[in-house]
Amino acid sequence: MQTKSKVYLVVVHTLLIIGSSVMIWPFIWMIITSFKTVTEATAMNPFKFFPSQLRLENYKGVIEQFNFLRLYFNTFSMIAINVLCAIVFSSMAAFAFARLEFPGRDFCFGIVLFQMMIPTQIFIIPQYLMVDKLGARNTIFALVFPGLVSAFGTFLLRQFFKMIPKELEYSARIDGCNIGQMFVRIMFPLVKPGLVALSIFTALFAFKNLMWPLIINPSPDAATLASALSKIQGAYSVNYPRLMAASVLAVCPMLILYFIFQKQFMQSVVTSGLTM
Amino acid sequence: MKVRSINKRTSNMRISEWFWGWFLIAPTTIGLIILNIIPAIQSFYMSFFKIGDFGVNNEFVGFANYVRMFNDPQVWRAVVNTLKYTVLVVPISIFLSAVIAVILNSNIKGQGIYRSIYFIPVVATPAAVTMVWRWLYNYHYGLINFVIKKIGLQPVKWIDDPNVAMISIAIIGIWSIVGYNMVLILAGLQEIPQTYYEAASIDGANSTVMFFKIILPMVSPTIFFVMITSIIQCMQVFDVIYMMINVSNPAYDKTVSLVYLFYNNTFKYYDEGYGSAIVMLLLVIISIITIIQVKLQKKWVNYL
Repeated sequence: MQTKSKVYLVVVHTLLIIGSSVMIWPFIWMIITSFKTVTEATAMNPFKFFPSQLRLENYKGVIEQFNFLRLYFNTFSMIAINVLCAIVFSSMAAFAFARLEFPGRDFCFGIVLFQMMIPTQIFIIPQYLMVDKLGARNTIFALVFPGLVSAFGTFLLRQFFKMIPKELEYSARIDGCNIGQMFVRIMFPLVKPGLVALSIFTALFAFKNLMWPLIINPSPDAATLASALSKIQGAYSVNYPRLMAASVLAVCPMLILYFIFQKQFMQSVVTSGLTM
Repeated sequence: MKVRSINKRTSNMRISEWFWGWFLIAPTTIGLIILNIIPAIQSFYMSFFKIGDFGVNNEFVGFANYVRMFNDPQVWRAVVNTLKYTVLVVPISIFLSAVIAVILNSNIKGQGIYRSIYFIPVVATPAAVTMVWRWLYNYHYGLINFVIKKIGLQPVKWIDDPNVAMISIAIIGIWSIVGYNMVLILAGLQEIPQTYYEAASIDGANSTVMFFKIILPMVSPTIFFVMITSIIQCMQVFDVIYMMINVSNPAYDKTVSLVYLFYNNTFKYYDEGYGSAIVMLLLVIISIITIIQVKLQKKWVNYL
């Protein structure tokens, strides 16, 4: 394209930098405040913009009061199980929906589409009553329950399986592979980009989800990072340095993962958008 | 003889394909039936009942929940609030993300860094993010009012003023979603073949013409997808409002969303029947909006 004038570049970069600042400032302010005392945080003195020293008291306080180790354990177990289930069950079903012909296939795929078109709040009360009846509230099982199977994952991976050329299937069959072997050895490795996208989406969704852990696991020891925050907010109502320390602890695992796997995160958004 | 054995072999293969198919879809299908199909029917069914404690001793009340809902000013306020939130967040966030995407697509220096930064809010927990924004919005000690006072303006009650709170919430919503939509639109822009621009510039098109005649039509399917998903997401807004506005907040009536109202009625006042009726209303509203969108898309979306 045509070369840009210097003025244009300066204007554009200024706008982009202002935008970027708005995007990351809340995180920076979160970190700065988390090291302050309440007096420092509410002083509103421009010279006290930064804490006078790096205090860790706020972190110690919230970790002691709200068993963060437990919260990390709960959150990561939930994410791990949900991702594993999504990958195994969705890839199995997606492969069958995309490559096999059998009676009832289209009807069952209709169920997948139905789930995707309906707001998830419709399922919550009956799911809640089911877990309650099983006496499984305040457990990891309760957290992973609604995500044991994934309609979204099935739909997404089906698109990937559909793109695999027929010739590969024929040659596998000529080589004497049965359908199971063909799925595990040949097809499954070929949909890796889809599996990465699905894993990231599932993990992000579980990590950010608030309402389900809030209602199903009210006990503080069974909470997730997200649902514990609402309780922490109630406990410290105006102690903002403490609240910010808790927020930092809650967002940092996913932020660290994002900084390591940036490309995969953005690619997964794009793949899901393009295949839908 | 030979023909028959081949037929038999293919039919055996077909039968085995059937069994593999059923076996492979079994976990997902059974799971979806138990976790989603039956619950959807149950929710619909429950909306005609007064639900007793722990889901027992249910009493059939016919359309009572629906009648109550249509006469409940709180429900209508929630509908208006939810639509207001959607109308604020969707157009502004799509406009901003489209502008950023177009700029970043012009091979500007630092494209990757900008893109990474704009995407950061997408990976942050809404519950945590809302706490930081509450702190920024704080009337006495918040950074935003600090700056406003420095400029010499009156401080704003970002959280407690019924006329402002929805805007504060929408700002958080826009901030959280811009990066996501930007990445999608950027991908749509990168799909446009370079030759289109070259051909247009040979024909003497300037950049305004290029934007409206090439870029816009070519990314319209992406914009449509972004719009549909953003609207559905906004109609289900809960986390930010729940974390920011509690029931005693003076701005509650002006900010409570449908899902927040559903949450309060179901899990705070334990009226599952009424909660189910509210969810049915949400389903109807989302369906109507989506159908209108799909009908309208023929007017402006270009598929190749």
